[in-house]
Amino acid sequence: MLYSEKVMDHFEHPRNVGEIENADGVGEVGNPVCGDIMRMYLKIDDGIITDCKFKTFGCGSAIATSSMATEMIKGKTVKEALELSNKAVVEALDGLPTHKIHCSVLAEEAIKAALVDYYKKNDMELPPEIKDFKPDEESDL
Amino acid sequence: MRVYADNAATTYMSETSMKVMVDCLKNANGNPNSLHSEGQATKEVLEDARAKVAKAINAANPNEIYFTSGGSESDNQALISAARGLKSKGKNHLITMSIEHDAILNTMKKLKKEGFDVTILDPQPDGIISVDDIEKAIRPDTALVSIMFANNEIGSIQPVAEIGKLCHEKGVLFHTDAVQAAAHLPIDVQAMNIDMLSMSGHKFHGPKGVGALYARKGVKLLNIVEGGAQERGKRAGTSNTPAAAAMAAALEEGVANMEANTAKTVALRDRLIEGLADIPHSRLNGHRTKRLPGNVNYSFEGAEGESLLLALDMYGIECSSGSACSSQSLEPSHVLMGIGLPVEAAHGSLRFSLAEDNTEEQVDYIIEKVHQVVAQFREISPFWDELERGVRKHVI
Repeated sequence: MLYSEKVMDHFEHPRNVGEIENADGVGEVGNPVCGDIMRMYLKIDDGIITDCKFKTFGCGSAIATSSMATEMIKGKTVKEALELSNKAVVEALDGLPTHKIHCSVLAEEAIKAALVDYYKKNDMELPPEIKDFKPDEESDL
Repeated sequence: MRVYADNAATTYMSETSMKVMVDCLKNANGNPNSLHSEGQATKEVLEDARAKVAKAINAANPNEIYFTSGGSESDNQALISAARGLKSKGKNHLITMSIEHDAILNTMKKLKKEGFDVTILDPQPDGIISVDDIEKAIRPDTALVSIMFANNEIGSIQPVAEIGKLCHEKGVLFHTDAVQAAAHLPIDVQAMNIDMLSMSGHKFHGPKGVGALYARKGVKLLNIVEGGAQERGKRAGTSNTPAAAAMAAALEEGVANMEANTAKTVALRDRLIEGLADIPHSRLNGHRTKRLPGNVNYSFEGAEGESLLLALDMYGIECSSGSACSSQSLEPSHVLMGIGLPVEAAHGSLRFSLAEDNTEEQVDYIIEKVHQVVAQFREISPFWDELERGVRKHVI
């Protein structure tokens, strides 16, 4: 099989799909030319991510990594979310084929992009993890 | 319901072909080069297979058929033979098309590195090459024109007879990769002025690992595989007689039933094309009618091909996609790029390749499920959302 059972499970039953109205942070990375776009919505109360939703255009692993990443940061602190690495997402999914690793990078970056938005909206200074944040596949919007 | 709709990738083996193969494995599995009875009995089977392949494409002589390991090897040998073989005659130029199979394009790339001048023509937006464009590209030093019979992804049937006539008049060799066409479209190498032709057994219900190269008498072949003097000294390695016999049987059967199979498959194809046409912002890739009997290739904007493919697979529907994400290279299909499809539309493409044993019920099931999964993935697609809100512009 191309994908692990966990990847297929998250592809078939993606968690936290959708949008959050008046989200505290929204981030989008990727573009249609690259063939994948991820958009993350965060609801943050007192430094805790109380809700997280995503919309993804992309392949099976792009959808699965978005889904897994939302599960991994929901209920966590902003600081913990800042520390989420693409590697952790890949491990949680029991691995990805080598040529699909960039999907997990995209998931990490989508979260970071949403956090950048959150800090900016609240006129807070960007923490070191995202101070010079620039995604691999920047949204062209 | 299980629906196999990926016959352009490979076909199941027909009962006839399988029976011939098993019979041969049991009763004629010698080395055709052996002089004893078993060897000679096997040689007879091999030569009978060669005659059948020759007849199927109307080759003048069975000796013009060389058994190979498949379409890729045949393509490699045809191109390399023409290029290196004619170099001493001052011919250094090769012409092909951007939507050819990689067996052609990568061999051309290799020949280019060797110093040959390669012209790669784009087809028209319907996936069909303009014969005028070929004529304009031909030069005094052109050795070979290689244009496929029909495209594997979008099904477009090329004007092979016209190209053959042109090449014949210009004194240029003409090779055609007929891997998707053999047993599916009428082929007459003599009437069509084809100098070399490639085919592969498993694309017409024969076995994998076997193919053939037709090379008209007088066309000098150079060896890709060196060794013994099998295949008239042009392709070394003990002949795989059971595979060759099974391929020949499948080809013979396919040609005999071509008319009936085509009528049935075209009806299914058209039913599928029409059934998907009402999906908004979708388009059929390739020519509407000048396409392989079973080929349907669609792009759906805002949804990604690999996701669609995997979701359809869960419903038992097996097809393929030209999206970047469904390939190892992460590049979208060079065929869809070659016909000028915008890259964002190429990412959302699906190919169904039907065969005569598919049914109307199966086609209706595909139509229903494609509508469902396209809607489902558009629902969660930020790209679709941006298209619908007018933030991005629809390209289809």
